[in-house]
Amino acid sequence: MKKNGNLSIITKGIIAENPVLRLVLGTCPTLAVTTSALNGIGMGLSATFVLICSGAAISLLRNIIPQRVRIPAYITIIAAFVTIVQMLVKAFLPAIDAALGIFLPLIVVNCIILARAEMFAAKNPVIPSILDGLGMGIGFTATLTAMGIIRELLGAGTIFSLPVTANVIDPMLVMILPPGGFFVFGILVAVSNAIATKKGKKPVEGLGCSGCSQNGSCPFADMAAEQCQKPADAEQQYGETLKDDMTAKDESKADTPEKEAGEND
Amino acid sequence: MQKMNVTSSPHISGPDNTTGIMLDVIIALLPATICGICFFGFNALLTVAVSVASAVLSEYLWCKAIKKQTSLLDLSAVVTGLLLGLNLPPTLPLWMAALGSAIAIVVVKQMFGGIGHNFANPAITARIALMVSFPTAMTTYIVPFTDNVVSSATPLGGGDFALSKLFFGIHPGTIGETSSLLLLAGGVYLVIRRVITPELPLAFMASAAGLAWALGDDPVKTLFTGGLMLGSIFMATDYVTSPPTRLGKIIFGVGCGLITVVIRHFGNIPEGVSFAILLMNILTPHITRLTAKKPFGTEGEQK
Repeated sequence: MKKNGNLSIITKGIIAENPVLRLVLGTCPTLAVTTSALNGIGMGLSATFVLICSGAAISLLRNIIPQRVRIPAYITIIAAFVTIVQMLVKAFLPAIDAALGIFLPLIVVNCIILARAEMFAAKNPVIPSILDGLGMGIGFTATLTAMGIIRELLGAGTIFSLPVTANVIDPMLVMILPPGGFFVFGILVAVSNAIATKKGKKPVEGLGCSGCSQNGSCPFADMAAEQCQKPADAEQQYGETLKDDMTAKDESKADTPEKEAGEND
Repeated sequence: MQKMNVTSSPHISGPDNTTGIMLDVIIALLPATICGICFFGFNALLTVAVSVASAVLSEYLWCKAIKKQTSLLDLSAVVTGLLLGLNLPPTLPLWMAALGSAIAIVVVKQMFGGIGHNFANPAITARIALMVSFPTAMTTYIVPFTDNVVSSATPLGGGDFALSKLFFGIHPGTIGETSSLLLLAGGVYLVIRRVITPELPLAFMASAAGLAWALGDDPVKTLFTGGLMLGSIFMATDYVTSPPTRLGKIIFGVGCGLITVVIRHFGNIPEGVSFAILLMNILTPHITRLTAKKPFGTEGEQK
């Protein structure tokens, strides 16, 4: 990784690498739970807690977890923290629990958390990993809250359940239905693209690897590419990706476990 | 000797242009529009006027905002606004009509690249957005020739009307959908002017009537109620969102007809024309690709 200050690790997750709008990760909970601002905050904070804790735990264990089984190991660690969050929310915020429903336990498979585990926590010490989780979590929460506010205001005429326009005009019901989620999400991505283009950055073009601002440095992309490319290319590419973090001894072995992990995905 | 003008083919172009075609569509829609205004009164006129004005204004403001050359002169925004206005009940609050036109122009048409690039019919999509957003306001109809804002069942919603009333349009409904006679006249005008070909509307109507008959509904009533005439003649035939090939048009029309009747018969909403057209709009690129004609002489060298 580049030698960034700790502060920039936090801020990049909020704006430059906003997980939802720039990395286009975690779109499923983004579209599903942002029917109100409160749900957005609830989902965002739950995911932030899991991001921070799992980042710390995975970072601590990064030299112990064998390459071959690292994805299952990450998922198990993440699942443990999600279970904690779920129990806490059930006990203390039953209304949020009812609103988020299945999407709370589904944080386990939220790709933001797995991506940060794979891309950051697995290669970095504990403190930066926690800060990365915090930054990504804040970015996720901020985006979800913004979407929640927009959709709630247009779709129900309220913000945080306080009436704004509810008694004046009929709310546009479609905005809190699934199509409204896609409308708002698409428009927010378009706006963030416009801002990024103005700053001279690459806009998000597709919702696949090619549209991701991490394209080129992301191990998931390499896994996917590996299945299309000749083994020699994949080996070389993977070696480059992890050069910073692995000893020369590990590097020579790197292709074998990686290939299997790629197939398992 | 004249200066030589070197261009690539085609070298012969017809007199048709977007403005002319849009003008024909407006002319074809006028009888039904005037009839709707006579039936439903001044409110209907206001609703249509507001939706046209809002469509034109949205188009102008959006093009201004993104510094694009405005396409106002091609009248396509007027057609979109007019079609949406005809798809609205006469009692709809005017700001909803304005909002609908803005959605049609900005979200559905301009955000996808403007005229020729929209993936779905703007008026249909806006109607559905309004329908889903304001279900009560969008299904409050009035009886023709009364000013009372009393909600009343449409023929599709369970009201019982004589066939002649259905044909001439003297029944509750949206502003432009009620008079099958005038809509058909407009359709004939468009076919004579060669703005549309009859395959698509005919396939739409025939398949809808056929499936309705097979399901035990009255096929004639199926044709003359709801938005089927307006939808099949004026909205499904949109060039951008329907296939250009003859076979493609027939497939498109049959698909629309079947989906319409399936929604009307089995669904929990009374009308299915707009959803049917939107669904087939999404399939249009695939239908076009599957029915594209192979250029003569290329059979042997396909990849």
